[in-house]
Amino acid sequence: MATSTPTAGRASRPAASSGRGPLVIRRRRSSQGRRSATLTVLTALMLVYTLLPLLWLVINATKTQEGLLGSFGLWFSGDFALFDNIGTTFTYNDGIFVRWLLNTLLYVVAGAGGATLLATLAGYGLAKFDFPGKKAVFAVVIGAVAVPGTALAVPTFLMFAKMGLTDTPWSIVIPSLVSPFGLYLMWTFANDAVPKEILESARVDGSGEFRTFFRISLPLLAPGLVTVLLFNVVATWNNYFLPLIMLKNPDWYPLTVGLKEWNQQALTAGGEAVFNLVITGSLLTIIPLIAAFLLLQRYWQSGLAAGSVKE
Amino acid sequence: MVSEGYSNVRGGLAGRRRSWMGWQFVGPFMAVFALVFLAPIAYSIYLSLFRTRLIGGTSFVGADNYLGVLQDPQFWSAFGRVALFLVVQVPIMLFLALLVALAIDSGRLYGTAFFRISVFLPYAVPAVVATLMWGFMYGTRFGLIGNINEAFGLSLPDPLSPDLVLASIGNIVTWEFVGYNMLILYSALKVVNPSLYEAAALDGAGQLRIIWAIKLPALRGALVIATIFSIIGSFQLFNEPSILKTIAPNSVTTYFTPNFYAYSLSFAGQQFNYSATVAIVMGIITMIVAYIVQLRGMRKAV
Amino acid sequence: MAITRRHALLLGAALTVSLTAAACGSGDDGSSSGAGAAAPAASAAVSDADIQKALDTGGSITVWAWEPTLKQVVADFQAKYPKVKVNLVNAGTGNDQYTALQNAIKAGSGVPDVAQVEYYALPQFALAKSVTDLATLGAGKLDGTFTPGPWSSVHVGNGIYGLPMDSGPMALFYNKEVFDKYDLKVPTTWDEYLADAEKLHQANPKAYITNDTGDAGFTTSMIWQAGGKPYAVDGTTVGIDFAEPGTQKFTGLWQKLIDGKLLAPTSSWSDAWYQGLGDGTIATLVIGAWMPANLESGVKAGAGKWRVAPMPQWEAGGRATSENGGSSLAIPEAGANKNLAYAFLKYANVDEGVQTRVDGGAFPATTAQLQDQKFQDKEFPYFGGQKVNQVLAESASQVVSGWSYLPFQVYANSIFNDTVGKAYTSSTTLQDGLKAWQDASLKYGEEQGFTVK
Repeated sequence: MATSTPTAGRASRPAASSGRGPLVIRRRRSSQGRRSATLTVLTALMLVYTLLPLLWLVINATKTQEGLLGSFGLWFSGDFALFDNIGTTFTYNDGIFVRWLLNTLLYVVAGAGGATLLATLAGYGLAKFDFPGKKAVFAVVIGAVAVPGTALAVPTFLMFAKMGLTDTPWSIVIPSLVSPFGLYLMWTFANDAVPKEILESARVDGSGEFRTFFRISLPLLAPGLVTVLLFNVVATWNNYFLPLIMLKNPDWYPLTVGLKEWNQQALTAGGEAVFNLVITGSLLTIIPLIAAFLLLQRYWQSGLAAGSVKE
Repeated sequence: MVSEGYSNVRGGLAGRRRSWMGWQFVGPFMAVFALVFLAPIAYSIYLSLFRTRLIGGTSFVGADNYLGVLQDPQFWSAFGRVALFLVVQVPIMLFLALLVALAIDSGRLYGTAFFRISVFLPYAVPAVVATLMWGFMYGTRFGLIGNINEAFGLSLPDPLSPDLVLASIGNIVTWEFVGYNMLILYSALKVVNPSLYEAAALDGAGQLRIIWAIKLPALRGALVIATIFSIIGSFQLFNEPSILKTIAPNSVTTYFTPNFYAYSLSFAGQQFNYSATVAIVMGIITMIVAYIVQLRGMRKAV
Repeated sequence: MAITRRHALLLGAALTVSLTAAACGSGDDGSSSGAGAAAPAASAAVSDADIQKALDTGGSITVWAWEPTLKQVVADFQAKYPKVKVNLVNAGTGNDQYTALQNAIKAGSGVPDVAQVEYYALPQFALAKSVTDLATLGAGKLDGTFTPGPWSSVHVGNGIYGLPMDSGPMALFYNKEVFDKYDLKVPTTWDEYLADAEKLHQANPKAYITNDTGDAGFTTSMIWQAGGKPYAVDGTTVGIDFAEPGTQKFTGLWQKLIDGKLLAPTSSWSDAWYQGLGDGTIATLVIGAWMPANLESGVKAGAGKWRVAPMPQWEAGGRATSENGGSSLAIPEAGANKNLAYAFLKYANVDEGVQTRVDGGAFPATTAQLQDQKFQDKEFPYFGGQKVNQVLAESASQVVSGWSYLPFQVYANSIFNDTVGKAYTSSTTLQDGLKAWQDASLKYGEEQGFTVK
């Protein structure tokens, strides 16, 4: 047996730092075996598990409020009301759903975009520079992440209130700008993706560090950046607890909090039960994310792959 | 993973002199980080040294709150619950993720791309929506369980009864994150040098042997990362129980998990000081456990 | 949190006689409205002219409320007083909003001028002096405007901390179709109720007389009706005693329903609950008078089937009811324009706004509307043309007096299911569960500096 375990992991290093960029995914070869129907069926069991609840969501989005309560959950009820539901979702309460959608987009663009930028800069800085206090940075970041966020909500709220930021988009965007996992990914990614020779030669040419970063390093970091961006988009899109605490004005709600508000409407005297809109709204909420995954999946896998090369 | 990072960095840095230049890159991140993480934590530590009461106002109590938490049976019951969750749910989830990652990586599936994206999809579903869907399916009267009982004349137990609710939450969390973890592992497999497989095949090694000798060792780093993030996730369990409490009020107590306990103390009980103390104690425990896992995981790697 | 409705259900009344000591400052320092020092409760320091002047001068106020009928009230109010701008914000339902309010008060910014507060939660805000004593704004003159239940609920100590917005005198809502089908007699006493419960469940094992998974608001309302007074509050001294006779009446009955598995294990306000109300598997609800609008909008499948009857009695021929849910509008102490805020309160809860809200489906707390012939004669198609308001208004006049909630009822209710909930899922008895609730609540009270007796 020629292959010995310890070297296996390391064997990929040369490829990763060979200077031909971060796209280290290799074409899989056929020598690994033929397609197997048995294995496919076994793995398909997993699919049933992951897709069944989503199927429930899709089916129930086609039901009216009455049909929802009176029919079998995993099959269609008599009347097909999907389009009615979608229409009502967008127009209910003077079209507040659209407003929530736009808010969410704002938070995602500003929050996830900014978070990706900050994580990329910081990850690159950690990977390519030596500076005083560097060792402390990641230890501090990981340590802070271990403290439960919900318990920090009140202190954060009080601080933000004193700064006059509560009930404004800033109270959502600013906390979203920090992505510890993104920092970690970019750090490991930048180690391998940007060869030090390139940086050295740029310095010899007298290029400033930021100029080098934007001109030379950033393109090399692109796949990792897309990965981090997607993770941040999901995190911001699904952000729930923070806006719940920070926002009072429904005009600034993101979709998640708005949907919860609709769900609770059934719980008030005189409130109208709109479970059908909650379900349709939930479906509409996850569709853009799924679309983003599908469209970006190529980048996003390659980025993640290189990110985990380390070790 | 911290030490791992360091060694890497050192390697990549050969010959660089120390300067403050790096801070210009790291600075913006750390500034915001200080504002939204460090400052509230510092404020919480400050809060944890006081006690505010409805009658009698605020007074300095030193370490009293910490002593209180350490002797608080509700805190320890919450901690025991997430520890059990961690020991049972995380291995199951990671094992499933591993199996699927290996299956997809084997190249022997029909429709690999479809599998990859489908298993990952639940991660895109907000926890609020996910819990809502599962909550419905768990229903013994009108939900899927009820339908199954009726169709087959069974009497499956109520998944939301006090004895089973933790397992039911485990199922929801597994559903949400199995694909996410699968992807981290799968990506690590993708970077294994294919020449290793060729060499092994020439030596006549079977699939299982290849998995054992090549793939699993290559996955160690990714597994450690996935484990650490899962530990943090387990110890901070909150969304799922808090949403399920609406439909299972007697199964999910206000001290179901440490995080939920901290939330209840502060939001229903106005006990900010004690709540902050619970959060800090839990944060310290999380750090210690994550550190041990990292240490052990990495030692084996050498 | 999610439980909102459960809180909304909670009823409330704070005792007329309570909390004297806590209110000891008698509210004089807080009047930032420019009206000068507050006078003793009875005579108003702020005159009607001042209030009118605030309306004429105009300005803008922010109102935090989740009550849907207020939307129309705000629109009408702004039309009538064009210089006034009202910013109506739904800052969450029940506990969510209280948390937000408490956070805003603590932070000292973003505090609304008016906030909806349920009766059961009001003593907590009054005790902390987070809300204004409306007696300083002339609310003392409103004696007799409201029915006794809600009016006593907004009194804490010597102060008046909110104006009642709606009320929830309890009644029996039942599905007539189910009652006819299984030949059940509409119960007038709790014994008959129990008999119906057994008969119904025997005839159809999927049908239940009602649902219950443990609800603090419902439980306290039931004890209230039984004449129980488990909470003794005197200023900052609190006592809790669930061993008293009223509580035992309730637990004696309810334990039988639990033991016989005669209660649907469905939580109120869940989708399964709405489903059960529509398909006849939940045959009755003993609940507040605000329920008709919820049935109409949430349980369309039940149209024509439901009826309303007086609440079952502990003794044949009795006439005792209690309140379930309902809220007031209060003025946070930190609000900037209290005169204008009070003008809005009066408009919404005493003057034109009340009728607007009644038309929108709300159940009023004002005697004028309750006794209004048109109100009483209104036929509800959903209830088969029954004049539902007659039953409900009668219930409002029969609420047992002397009930009191804890000054930390919000917290106490939040831990109800931790303790009493065990009675629904294990062999713990209801009485033992209540004892555990009592102990946990008292422990909290002690930690918060109350004197526990």
